[in-house]
This record gives sequence, C-alpha cells and structure tokens, in this order.
Amino acid sequence: MNNLSSPRSPSLETIVTILVWAIAIGVSLIFAWIVGDIAWRGIGELSWQFLINYPENAGREGRIAPILVSTALILAVCMVVAFPLGIGTALWLSELTASASKLGRLVGRSLDILAGVPSIVFGLFGNAFFAKTLGLGFSILSGGLTLACMVLPILIRSTEAGLRSVPLDYRLAAAALGYSRTTTLFQLLLPSSAPSLLAGFALGLGRAIGETAALIFTSGYVDRMPRSLFDSGRSLSVHIYDLATNVAGGDAKAYTSALVLLMLVVFLDLGAILILRKWLQGET
Amino acid sequence: MDSMQSNLPTIETQNLSLFYDRTLAFTDVSLPIPAGCITALVGPSGCGKSSFLSCLNRLSDIVPKTRVTGQVYIDETDIFDAAIDLIALRRRVGTIFQKPTPFPFSIWKNLAFPLREHGVKNRDRIDAAIETTLKDVGLWQEVSDRLHRSALSLSGGQQQRLCIARALVLQPQALLLDEPCSALDPISSGVVEDLIASLRGRYTIVIVTHNLAQARRIADFVALFWVRDGAGRLVEYGRMQDIFENPQDELTKSYINGIRG
Amino acid sequence: MSPFLRDTLLVVTLRSFAILCGAIVLPIVGFLFLEAYPAIEKIGWVSFWRDRSWNPTEGAYNLMPMLWGSLFVTAGSVLVAIPLGIGSALFSQYYAPPILARLYRRLLEILAGIPSVIYGLWGLVVLVPLIWQIEPPGTSLLAGIVILTLMILPTIALSADASFSKVPFAYWQATTALAVTRWSAIWHVAFPVAKSGIFAGILLAIGRAIGETIAVLMVCGNVVEVPNSLFDPMRTLTANIALEMAYASEYHRSALFVSGLLLMAAIALLIFLAEIVNRRGIYE
Ligand SMILES: Nc1ncnc2c1ncn2[C@@H]1O[C@H](COP(=O)(O)OP(=O)(O)OP(=O)(O)O)[C@@H](O)[C@H]1O
Ligand SMILES: [Mg+2]
Repeated sequence: MNNLSSPRSPSLETIVTILVWAIAIGVSLIFAWIVGDIAWRGIGELSWQFLINYPENAGREGRIAPILVSTALILAVCMVVAFPLGIGTALWLSELTASASKLGRLVGRSLDILAGVPSIVFGLFGNAFFAKTLGLGFSILSGGLTLACMVLPILIRSTEAGLRSVPLDYRLAAAALGYSRTTTLFQLLLPSSAPSLLAGFALGLGRAIGETAALIFTSGYVDRMPRSLFDSGRSLSVHIYDLATNVAGGDAKAYTSALVLLMLVVFLDLGAILILRKWLQGET
Repeated sequence: MDSMQSNLPTIETQNLSLFYDRTLAFTDVSLPIPAGCITALVGPSGCGKSSFLSCLNRLSDIVPKTRVTGQVYIDETDIFDAAIDLIALRRRVGTIFQKPTPFPFSIWKNLAFPLREHGVKNRDRIDAAIETTLKDVGLWQEVSDRLHRSALSLSGGQQQRLCIARALVLQPQALLLDEPCSALDPISSGVVEDLIASLRGRYTIVIVTHNLAQARRIADFVALFWVRDGAGRLVEYGRMQDIFENPQDELTKSYINGIRG
Repeated sequence: MSPFLRDTLLVVTLRSFAILCGAIVLPIVGFLFLEAYPAIEKIGWVSFWRDRSWNPTEGAYNLMPMLWGSLFVTAGSVLVAIPLGIGSALFSQYYAPPILARLYRRLLEILAGIPSVIYGLWGLVVLVPLIWQIEPPGTSLLAGIVILTLMILPTIALSADASFSKVPFAYWQATTALAVTRWSAIWHVAFPVAKSGIFAGILLAIGRAIGETIAVLMVCGNVVEVPNSLFDPMRTLTANIALEMAYASEYHRSALFVSGLLLMAAIALLIFLAEIVNRRGIYE
C-alpha cells in the first residue's frame, strides 16, 4: 500500500490486553478470597442464638445481642440527626439557592472538605466536643452525633444529585399552577426523588455501620446492654476490632461478627446501587 | 475513466440490512458504488443513511449489539468475512463525520498520530506528508505557522478540513463522508464542498447529504433512501442527471421537487 | 398560616440547616486547635521532630517515626494502587465484554464499601501469617501497603472508570476509522481527555490512605520506629491516635491532637491540589 509500511506488530496491544485482564482477574480473586474467608470462618458460629444472647468472657464466648442493640442505637442517633439536616441542606442547595450563589458555593466547598476529613479526626473532635465539652462522656449519644457529622456529606451529595435530576418541567409546571414553594417541595420534588433519598440513606448507613476509628473514644468499649443513650455502648465494628486485637482467642467470634457486619453493609450498598440504577433507567 | 481511477475500488452492497439490537435501521439495500466517482446518499432524517455508511468500513462494529446481514464487496472482497484485515480495510476506506472530531492535541499531532500508528516514524517523512496533505485540503496557508497549537482552536470549517486531511494522510482509496458540511456555516460549507469536488477521480467517494443542491453540484450518482414499513430502504438509484431530471419513482419526484422530506 | 409565611419559614429553616452543615468543619478544626494548643505552647513545635523518641510518659514527643510511617504506607499503597486501579477501569471501560464490565463495576462498588475493620481482620488473620513465613514478625509496612492498596484501589478505579466513560464516543469512532489500535486510542486520546478526573480520584485515594486508621493499626505492628525494610513493623499517625487516646491525658492527649492537626493539614493540601486540577479543566 503506497509508501506506508504494513500494519505494525500488535504486540503492545496484546501485552496491554493480557495485563488488563490479569489485573481484573487478580482483583476479583482477592475479593473472593476476602469475602470467602470471612464467610467460611464466620458461618460456623452464625445462628439466631449468636445474635440474641449475651457475650461472656470478654467476647470469647457468648453472643452479640447487646452489641447489636448498641449499634442500632448509635445508628439511630446518627440518622435521626443527620437525615433531616442532610435532606434540608440538599433541598436548600438544589432548590432554594442558585448554584452560583456565594453562600451555596461556600456550603458546598465546606461539605467537600468535610467529606475528606479522616474518621479518626472525627473521633478526636467527638471526644473533645460531645464527650468532654458537652459532658456526654463515652456514650451512645456521643458516638451517634460524631457519626452524624461524618455521614452528612454523603447524604447531602446523593440527595442533591437526585433532586437535580428531577426535570425542570415539573418545577415550571408547579410554578405555573401557582403552587407555593412548600407545596412544590413536599408534594412534588420530595416524592419524585424519593428513591435517591432512600439510596442516600442506605449509603450513609452503610458508611456509619462500618465505622470504627471514630467510635473507639466516643461511644467506647463497654459491651453490656445499654440502658440509656447516655450509656457507653460497643458497636459491632468496635467489637470486631477489640476481639481481633485485644482478646487472645477472640478470632472465631470476631469472624462471625465480621460476617454479620459484611452482610449488613453489602445489603445496604447493593440496595442503594440497585435503587439508583432502577430509578435512573426508569427515567430514560 | 482515466488511469488513476483504474486502481480505485468499486464498492457494492447486496441485500444489506442492519439491526440495532432488535430495531431494523435499514434493510435490503443493493447498491453499486462506482470507482472514482462521487455517489451521494440522500433522503429524510432517520432513513438509515449514516447506518448504511458505517457498514462500508465496518465502523458499525463498535456500536454494541448491531447485527448486519447481506454483503458488502470492495473489489470482490466481502468485508464482513471473518478473515478480513480490519486495519487494512479501514486504512483503505477513510471516514469523515458530521461533527468535526479533531483530537484534543496539536494540529501537527492530529496528523502525525495516525501516520505513526501505521508505521511512519521518520520525522522528515511525517513533516512532508503533513505538508502535502494540508496543501491538498487548502489548509496549509492558514495553519502552517501554528501547527503546534491545539486543533481545538481552529474554526469549525478548518476543523472539518483538518479531519479530511487526517483521513487523507493515510492515503486511503475510498472516502465516506457523513454530512460533512451540515455542522458548518455557509462559507465554510462552500469551502469544504469545493474541496470534496476537487477530490473526484482520486478517491471513490460516498457522501451523505441533506442538501439536494449540493448533491446536484457535486455528485455523479445519487441514491435515495426512504423509510417504508418501519425501516430505511433504497428507493431509487442512478446517474445524477437521471435522478434529478427524469426520476422513475413517485417518491423521488416529490422529494426532489421539495414536496416531501 | 398563610402560604407566604409558610414559605418564608421553610426557606429560613432550610437555610439555617445548610449553614449549620456547612459550618461543621469550623468546630472540628477549632477543637483540634484548642486541644492541641497546650502541647504546642508548652512543648513547642521543634520537640515534635527533635525529641529523642515518642515516649509521652517521659516527656518525649517525637512524632517523626509516625509521620514517616504514614508517608511510607501511603506512598507505597498509592503507587501500587494507581496502575491496578487504572487497569481495572480500562478493563470495565474498554476491554471487558459488557456483562463482565457491569459485574466488575458492581464488584468494585462493593469492595469500596467494605468496612476497614473487615480488611484489618483479614489482614491480621490471613495476610500477616503469610508475610511472617517470608520474614517475621509479619505485621509490617508491607502488610499495611497491601491492605491499603486493596482499600483505595476501588476509589481510583471507579473514578477513572467514570472519567473514561465521559470521553466522547465520537473520539472512539474517529480513532476506529483511522484504524488505530485500541491501546493507542486509549493512550493518545482517552487518557489526555480523562486525566483530570483520574487525577482527582488519585488525590481522593491518597486522602483515604493517609486517614485510614483501623486497618493499618491491625496489620502494621505499631512499633514506634522508622521502618528500614518492607518487613519491619511500624506505626502511623492515625494508629498512634487510636492506640493512645483511650488513656492519654494532659500534654500527651494534647500531642495526639497535634497529630490530628497534621492529618487535617495533609487533607487540606490535597483538597487544594484537587481544586487546582479542577480549575484547569479537561482540555486545559
Ligand atoms: N446507535 C443506535 N442505536 C439504536 N438505534 C439507532 C442508532 N443509530 C441510529 N439508530 C436508528 O436507526 C435509524 C437510522 O438512523 P441513521 O442515523 O442511520 O439515519 P440517518 O438517515 O443518518 O438520519 P439523519 O439524516 O438524521 O442523520 C433511526 O431510526 C435511528 O433511530
Ligand atoms: Mg445521519
């Protein structure tokens, strides 16, 4: 073909193809290894008994009922505070302020910073502010509030994305009908972006439930059944951490707790992913 | 036919159809495309002209879930044959798209990139090829002093001529142009049209156009596509004069008289 | 209540929510400073890198070993995770058949959501003994790098995948029409277009790596010494906080908040860099 030489050797293309496939297979195998390991070693002890009875002998024996209760309470505190705040902020950011407004940009910027703050720093803050300054001590309340600060950016960003994808037509139609803002927000925008709220909720919960570092010195280690929100309570992830590092012979129970945690997280994350996918597809 | 045309390829499709997943884009198109001539594809929007064009050098391959039935022959070779060398095929048959797609780097590299890809490493040869080709598309005067500036800084018409140069630099034998002028302003459009007309006889050219006047000005042959029963079909095909002055089909008559489409 | 009053009330409420959320970073940084102040004041900045060692009970506050620890483990994991993450993105974007691409993406999303304590547990029980077989003690810089690599790989991969998916299809058509090989098209066209997004993902991943606490704490051995080889145990800044916060008091506690400040400074630097990349935009 004229003065151009024939097609060059495809070697680089071949090498890259092999490399890329090898990476993907390797990552998948390691993933299978981790999940398989947790499932394999954890499944043996898993039963209803495990979930509803009390731990004994520093957790080496016995079950995780109080830990589940503490975890649930911490998450409840976290979400009760973070969810309305998050949705409110998302609504304001996407509906009530121009995205170019100074305050809107400032809030957005500061949320981006918040999203980057390491969890251990949230722990330091929670310890200094909620536990010490506000006098809440090592308590479920301190832990829950600390987590609330941590999940806010996730909640806000996913809700905001959901709200922004509601077609502008809706808003124009509502305005044309003379709806008040309150009516438009509550009757139109929130319902039509409900899936994204749900997904944001699930993502935030998934993040909060797996958190350890922020809780060690805010909600503490105590593994008794909490009697009030002012009691210290040990979350599931802290329990795993403690069993694995501080309790000789705690591995077996650590694995079972890890399996419970893993199932919860994967359930929440997959739930969020599926809700969003379905919703986005339904729209196009 | 002069001597140059003798080694240019003839393209011919037989009962060609294309599905996007389950929707039929066009069906049963049998069209001869003579060597060295300009063949214009016209017809209303959505009748499968772009889809048809994309089959001629198997660019249709990269859209997921497409299925092609029928044959495309380029000089006797069925290009949908599994044994075909796709790289050689696409070098032989170049494509220009409706929207200019210069790559986001310099003008020089836009042309050097495909050359290097196809084994031309020598800097002098690259420079020489770039100069010749840019002169060919009438861009040399305008850009010779800023070859190393971003191609995205060119005007729309210049970008489109750069894209034509980018296809020509590989010395193809056939060119497929999909509405190359419709994204351009009238003046640039005229420049590009003249350029295409000047390539007659040097390449086998297939051009999709919505502009009947343009087809009349530059085409040797015209093919009219139309949607019937939910899929694009070839309605009529012939020499430009015959189609415009003595159309056989009622649809063609009303279309060229501006009644439909 | 009249609609107008209701609207005003709503706007005011939502705006105050947004301001509250946007302002959370302030007390976080504020409390870090407040609590760190006594140490900075009394011990002085120089002590943190001049003192003999880190031994707060004896008044020695050298943070350098931990700083180096954080740096090594972060640099190591980021260097390994970048090629693996980008390779993963190439796989799901260009090399995998559609079904596999979707599955692989889903897998990365799940991988990104797995809590650090689970990575830590797996690292401690499975990975550390493996490294121990090569060279004791097993808990080491290497273990930390491996675990962190797994944790930040999905971040890099998913953001690179998202950036590649935004490369206009027209470029792909154009390169195919020029009979350019897949790899050349990726290398010469897709990478330059996607690079700012990929870079932002890498910065995000660096932030995660620096801030990660529990997982590195569980596998790194936590000896306060600058590691001389990959097999030496070491301690990160974050692990130091998590390990000692529970019992630290006075200047010791205050010194831990200083390390919290250092972490925040690192994050601030990363966000600043991200901002610059963002400004430059895709086409520079
Ligand atoms: N990638 C695709 N996936 C699915 N359907 C497609 C795709 N591209 C085109 N089609 C459909 O195939 C039919 C033919 O489209 P095509 O783009 O070939 O028409 P056209 O004649 O080039 O139209 P126009 O003049 O508007 O460019 C149309 O119905 C179109 O909706
Ligand atoms: Mg078209």
